[in-house]
Amino acid sequence: MFRNLKITCDQATTICDKNQYSEAPIKDKIKLYIHLLVCKICAKYSKQNTMLSSLYKGHSQYCNDLKHCLSLKYKEDLKALLEKTKNKKHLN
Amino acid sequence: MIEEKHALTPNKWIDNYADYLYNFTISRVNNSDLAKDLVQETFLSGLKSAKNFQGKATERTWLVSILKRKIIDYYRKINTKKGQAEVRINFYDDGENKGSWLEERVPQNWDNASEKQIEREELRIQLEACIDKLPEKYAMVFRMKTVQEFETEEICKELGITSSNLWVIIHRARTQLRKCMEDNWFNN
Repeated sequence: MFRNLKITCDQATTICDKNQYSEAPIKDKIKLYIHLLVCKICAKYSKQNTMLSSLYKGHSQYCNDLKHCLSLKYKEDLKALLEKTKNKKHLN
Repeated sequence: MIEEKHALTPNKWIDNYADYLYNFTISRVNNSDLAKDLVQETFLSGLKSAKNFQGKATERTWLVSILKRKIIDYYRKINTKKGQAEVRINFYDDGENKGSWLEERVPQNWDNASEKQIEREELRIQLEACIDKLPEKYAMVFRMKTVQEFETEEICKELGITSSNLWVIIHRARTQLRKCMEDNWFNN
């Protein structure tokens, strides 16, 4: 039974990453927590991962608050291009 | 009840939708020149296929669906680009201790982590630089999932990948990103 709960560091960190988005299934989480009890390196990875997630969250908020706009000049050029394409289409 | 049919007004496309489509694109590709190209291609394709517009969806939804296809095409292109080797760093043993950490890649202590977090702006710049160092497809999926916070299902649908595919990419992206931040920020 316990053999099924044994995972490698690669698998543990994969589950750990998935868990950062709260999308790891319960069975995987149990495997992860058991692994973290015996593997200090992955425990460190997991701790740092949580910290990085909060850093990414802050970055995400910053990026989502940014609004990008095309320049007026670019929009005018785009309008001219569309107009030209439309006229060409009509001629054909 | 009679459903309202929507009509196309290409003369107003730029004023009404250019910025919206540009924002939509840049959140996925994070490259302003590429985003501009994709938006331009979307409008041109829209003009070409205007006769296929049935008026069931709004004009904006229809243009977004064209743009999404352009983004998928772009993703497939970077995914299959020949000659462009994926910069994949191995973190785990392939041999006898398969799946265990490689000694030289073991996470290091970040003793100065809290102190380092105070320098917000520089931290953000470093993080952005590390994301940019990821292979293009990793960066794209990572941004969509972590920065733009899209649902897994939505990303898979938009990029035509499976969810296990997505998690492998996220895992590789996060492991490389962690290492990059460790080398350039936390242990610097």
